Amino acid sequence: MIYVDNAATTKMSKEVLDSMMPYLTDCYGNASSIYSFGQQNRAVIENARETIAGLIGAKPGEIFFTGCGSEADNWAIFGAARKNVKKGKHLITSVIEHHAVLHCFQQLEKEGFTVTYIPVNSDGLVSVDDVKNAITPETTLISIMMANNEIGTIQPIKEIAQIAKENNIVFHTDAVQAVGHIPVNVEDLGVNLLSVSAHKFEGPKGVGFLYVKTGTWLSQLMYGGAQERNRRAGTENVAGIVGMATALKIAVENLDANMKKCYELRERFIDGVLSKIEHCRLNGSRTERLPGNANISFEFIEGESLLLSLDLVGIAASSGSACTSGSLDPSHVLLAIGLPHAIAHGSLRASFSHRNTSEEVDKIIEELVKIVQRLRDMSPLYEDYLKGKK
Amino acid sequence: MYSEKVMDHFSNPRNVGELENANAVGEVGNAKCGDIMKIYMFIEDDIIKDIKFKTFGCGAAVATSSMATELVKGKTIKEALELTNKAVVEALDGLPPVKMHCSVLAEEAIRSCLADYYKRQGIDPTPIVGCSCNCEECHAHHHE
Ligand SMILES: Cc1ncc(COP(=O)(O)O)c(C=O)c1O
Repeated sequence: MIYVDNAATTKMSKEVLDSMMPYLTDCYGNASSIYSFGQQNRAVIENARETIAGLIGAKPGEIFFTGCGSEADNWAIFGAARKNVKKGKHLITSVIEHHAVLHCFQQLEKEGFTVTYIPVNSDGLVSVDDVKNAITPETTLISIMMANNEIGTIQPIKEIAQIAKENNIVFHTDAVQAVGHIPVNVEDLGVNLLSVSAHKFEGPKGVGFLYVKTGTWLSQLMYGGAQERNRRAGTENVAGIVGMATALKIAVENLDANMKKCYELRERFIDGVLSKIEHCRLNGSRTERLPGNANISFEFIEGESLLLSLDLVGIAASSGSACTSGSLDPSHVLLAIGLPHAIAHGSLRASFSHRNTSEEVDKIIEELVKIVQRLRDMSPLYEDYLKGKK
Repeated sequence: MYSEKVMDHFSNPRNVGELENANAVGEVGNAKCGDIMKIYMFIEDDIIKDIKFKTFGCGAAVATSSMATELVKGKTIKEALELTNKAVVEALDGLPPVKMHCSVLAEEAIRSCLADYYKRQGIDPTPIVGCSCNCEECHAHHHE
């Protein structure tokens, strides 16, 4: 199999698994227990917290482990909105956020909050001025994702965080696609809240964390035991936390080399596809982009057919078509950058990792040429196009 | 997600293409929703002598088009009008619930093509074919 869906999830390395194994087997003590068999795991968790904090420029006390990236997003958004409700009920986010963010805001709207959804330009970029102009005295939270999961666009987070700070507004960024893939330093970015998920950088699934800057207060999302300094209940996923720390350490240590490799693979892919296949376009910015992300729309064909055809030849990729999103509309991100529905339905996302090779890229292109032609040959839209041209 | 039959009809669709001597053409769906089916028929002595289709859409859309054309090929108009989306789904060993609308679209594509056949002869198809709508409504409805 050729796996180019690394934005969906990634392969865990043996090193990560090895670091987790003791906590899935013999070291099963509850870190909250008083006896040393439990307390040993407390030390292990705090050690992982320190490692992670050091890798993103945070203090250990600012890292709060969660059950996934979605939980970190939910906590940041509900937590900040509810905590500051006396100050105001206006919130700002962008139209291209992941559903783990968008659906929180939609829920808050039902609960009486007002939300401004900042549009993006045709490259998928949020304008700093738009954010600035959307601020009202009632605004309590701005949440803009660092890197988009579909089109890979990297937003000007530092500038937006600065504006939020000047206006005394809490700033959250969903950095699930960024951490471990591009440099992320919370101090330098100046954010209050930042969400991370381990399985996107070769860590295990079902674990993440929320960075909460000292002095930023959130209402609680998960009530129960006193874990995570009384702010997030739930017996710690020791193995997951350790695996996440190991994975992040490896990712950050190899960041430059991995970025370069992913960038080269992606450019080879984009250039290859655009030059060998007619009527297709790159979605998202060519420069302000995650190194490993390519998102291309093929006119006259539909994305799910494309994915099924690729799967039949052993290639795993993703699409923003309605048929793969389980809803009526194609991806909200592709519509937000101005693509007509028909073209948004025909999108393909290939997300590369350092594990991919240029031979794999060439093989995908070779297969795509055949598949796109086959699907176009059976497409009434392509037939109309050819007849119109005659 | 899909049955083997669906994957077979997706990877080797039957009757795909255009029909030079078609005397009936029907098209349903729209690009906005992500699926369009176009059917060509050559009808003689009330019998569907030949049939071809072109489809823009997901795997289920291609497979249901392919199966629907197989089911009516060589049949009389009357028999073809009796084709239900359920029959198409059964012949494909089932479809995921979210893909049921594709089978509806396939049934409608056949009807729309037969309606065109009557229209070309100056006969109002509505009493014979029933809803010869362009199926925007049915389609929107099934997507709810
Ligand atoms: C940008 C973004 N935010 C949030 C999430 C959710 O993360 P998780 O799968 O860990 O809940 C994802 C992953 O799907 C993502 O890409």
